[in-house]
Amino acid sequence: MDVPSADAVLDARLKRLETELRCLVCQNQTLADSNADLAEDLRREVRALAVEGKSDAEIKAYLVARYGDFVLYNPPIKSTTWLLWGGPFALLMGGGVLWWIVLRRRAARPQVAAASNASDEARAREILEEAEPPVSAK
Amino acid sequence: MKAVRWSIPLAIFIILVAFLWVGLWRDPREVPSPLIGKPAPSFALTELHQPSQTLTNSDLKGKVWLLNVWASWCVSCREEHPLLMRLAASKVVPIYGLEYKDDPGAGRAWLAQNGDPYTASIVDRDGRVGIDYGVYGVPETFVVDKQGVIRYKQIGPLSLEALQQKILPLVRELDK
Repeated sequence: MDVPSADAVLDARLKRLETELRCLVCQNQTLADSNADLAEDLRREVRALAVEGKSDAEIKAYLVARYGDFVLYNPPIKSTTWLLWGGPFALLMGGGVLWWIVLRRRAARPQVAAASNASDEARAREILEEAEPPVSAK
Repeated sequence: MKAVRWSIPLAIFIILVAFLWVGLWRDPREVPSPLIGKPAPSFALTELHQPSQTLTNSDLKGKVWLLNVWASWCVSCREEHPLLMRLAASKVVPIYGLEYKDDPGAGRAWLAQNGDPYTASIVDRDGRVGIDYGVYGVPETFVVDKQGVIRYKQIGPLSLEALQQKILPLVRELDK
């Protein structure tokens, strides 16, 4: 049976962890993708911490203590980020409420009367025919 | 009822414009440092000019000091260098240099050429102390108080404006 070596397990773990961390220099790249000098150093640091037996959470805490929440691609939910996390849902709910109000108001409004009697209908047909004479075969 | 109909979209629009307007003037590269208000991370590094000597952060307890992160390969360090020279000449606050990820020989040559504003420079050859200080864009400047707590961080080159409006008043305040 093919058992992955300890190194391969560590590599896979670091690879996954590094995709959740941001490179501070080229801000829209993850630590895994970036070739910046600092990213290289941070990868080395992360690996050293992992080898020391630190958990993913501890490694993240290490980086957050130095660089702030910005290093995390997945920002934590706290008082300063509630708008970030809750905003889209609040907007969705607001839109839903607005939609419901509009629908209710539309339902309450009297229906536009359809052609109400036969004479109106005949008159309408007359006007249509005047405007557009039927095509005759040659 | 009519007023409600147009005032709601208008309010949303104004809020949006306000957010975008503020966003225009913010530099996304300036990430607020979580280290402000925290004790300066400890270090024990060799001095650039006296490699036999080691400087530690506890040597600096009891005075207000600046930590300026620089390197001979750093282009924008040249930009702020004249300001550092003037600040050093004014003797308002000692400036300690952290030569970040650089060859000490190249660093000494750079200072010989451009002038040395530093009370002392320490060599962070592999950038580990830089990581502890959350350095990601050289140059960076930290203001550290008498208790060894980081009070301010400037990311990128110092400007006359930042120096006059933030750093010097803060140093004066901390020196009291």
